[in-house]
Amino acid sequence: MRAPGEKTIKALKVGAFLLSLGPLATLGWKAYQGNLGANPIDVITRSTGRWTLTFLLITLSVTPVRKLAGMPWLIRFRRPLGLFAFFYGTLHLTTYVWLDKFFDVHEMLHDILKRRFITAGLTAFTLMLPLALTSTTWSIRRLGGKRWSALHRLIYFSAAAGVIHFIWLVKADLRRPLTYGAVLAVLLAYRMVVWAVAKTKRVADARKQQGKLAAEVR
Amino acid sequence: MLIKKPNDIPSSEITPKVSYINRRQFLTGAAVTGAALVGGLYLRNHDGDTSTVEAAAGAKLSGIVKSPLSTAEKPNSFKDITNYNNYYEFSTDKYEPNGLAAGFRTRPWTVSFEGLLKKPFKMDIDSLLKLAPIEERIYRHRCVEAWSMVIPWAGIPLSAIVKKADPLPGAKFVAFETVFAPDQMPNQKHDVLAWPYVEGLRMDEAMHPLAILAVGLYDEVLPNVDGAPLRLVVPWKYGFKGAKAIVKIKFTDTMPPTTWNRMASNEYGFYSNVNPTVDHPRWSQAKERRIGEFAKRTTLMFNGYGDQVSGLYSGMDLKKNF
Repeated sequence: MRAPGEKTIKALKVGAFLLSLGPLATLGWKAYQGNLGANPIDVITRSTGRWTLTFLLITLSVTPVRKLAGMPWLIRFRRPLGLFAFFYGTLHLTTYVWLDKFFDVHEMLHDILKRRFITAGLTAFTLMLPLALTSTTWSIRRLGGKRWSALHRLIYFSAAAGVIHFIWLVKADLRRPLTYGAVLAVLLAYRMVVWAVAKTKRVADARKQQGKLAAEVR
Repeated sequence: MLIKKPNDIPSSEITPKVSYINRRQFLTGAAVTGAALVGGLYLRNHDGDTSTVEAAAGAKLSGIVKSPLSTAEKPNSFKDITNYNNYYEFSTDKYEPNGLAAGFRTRPWTVSFEGLLKKPFKMDIDSLLKLAPIEERIYRHRCVEAWSMVIPWAGIPLSAIVKKADPLPGAKFVAFETVFAPDQMPNQKHDVLAWPYVEGLRMDEAMHPLAILAVGLYDEVLPNVDGAPLRLVVPWKYGFKGAKAIVKIKFTDTMPPTTWNRMASNEYGFYSNVNPTVDHPRWSQAKERRIGEFAKRTTLMFNGYGDQVSGLYSGMDLKKNF
């Protein structure tokens, strides 16, 4: 596929940005209409949580789609999508801290220590924090591409913790959280295959190199 | 701020009760007319009894008696009660059962009385409804998920039904079983829980005056979404004890299995009394969100019914027998 022009990419980025605000806009509109159901706080908590996980998975699918579909320019969507995951994660955490716990630090500490799904959720959020903080171009330059990439692999662990958080909070019927888990598994498996292929290739190359050297010596 | 506090709504915005009731009456009338048509067509083809007509969902229940056991707290709206609840046979989402249960068939309906009885028997739901006067019972309802409501049930004291069943002296427990109808209850096609849903009470709990079998909500026939045609209500216990769409009542000498206990015995005990000091392993039970309120409330021991029911558990370690 031919790469779209700069103008098209910019327009697509604006479109993606507005689309990503959709879930929040929907919540806001429903709240304004008094249409969030009997337990609005529950709806806000669940919706922001689901969208955090969804954006994490969309962010993680940028690289495979880019490579497999031959659309390298998609990389330019990865940062905003990742930041939207962080944005919805922040809203989700805020809902918990404010609307569920009413800033009761004691109760929250108790939750974090005793409730494993809270521990997993907070882990997922905490792992996103350094990624959001180092999302600037300046940070990439400052850290150097390699170290920056290594740091940003934390997203794998954040997404995994997010899925575990979802699995652990469900009372019964794991179908929804396991769907997220399955998508994540596919996305991580892609990376493992790429990594394994690259390693085999490296070994083969090294052997070839050695063979060449040996031939030259002879 | 996204949340509208209930008291932000000017009283002028609230539908006056008169027009609400008129609307309700209109709907009831429409429902009854519709049911009559359907019932008429039905009767043309079958020699059934006429109770089909009386039983229509949304039909008004007459002659409901007030009860001193009701709370004076303000009940939640009909809309909230019927649009936010757990009915896993239909969906694990609390907003979906209302729509999914709309076409659920509650007639003909037979309840089977089994186990340690002088004489096991089956009873048609409409005969069962006539066993005792239907009472209004406005109860607090506390879900194990830490939300609560106030619900104006209409029902028959469970004790009246137990007396009618006439259990043998050896009967120590009463077990309840929900209908198994996978053609009507989509989640029964999946292993969401072990179907059919079963619940149980100790005999003295079942005989307690607070325990009822609900057959109505507000002044109407119990909506399908809330467990029509017959649903157990035990207000001092977590909501899931209230088995819905009951088809079997069995008397036993041993503690009967209960669905959620089988699912996760460390999370749900047989008793499942509302107890703010015993947390669910995954969340606290100290507070609850009353639907319609912004701040959380402190959860009361036995859901505030301690004066009436704590005697049932004297000498028992409720931390062990949760």
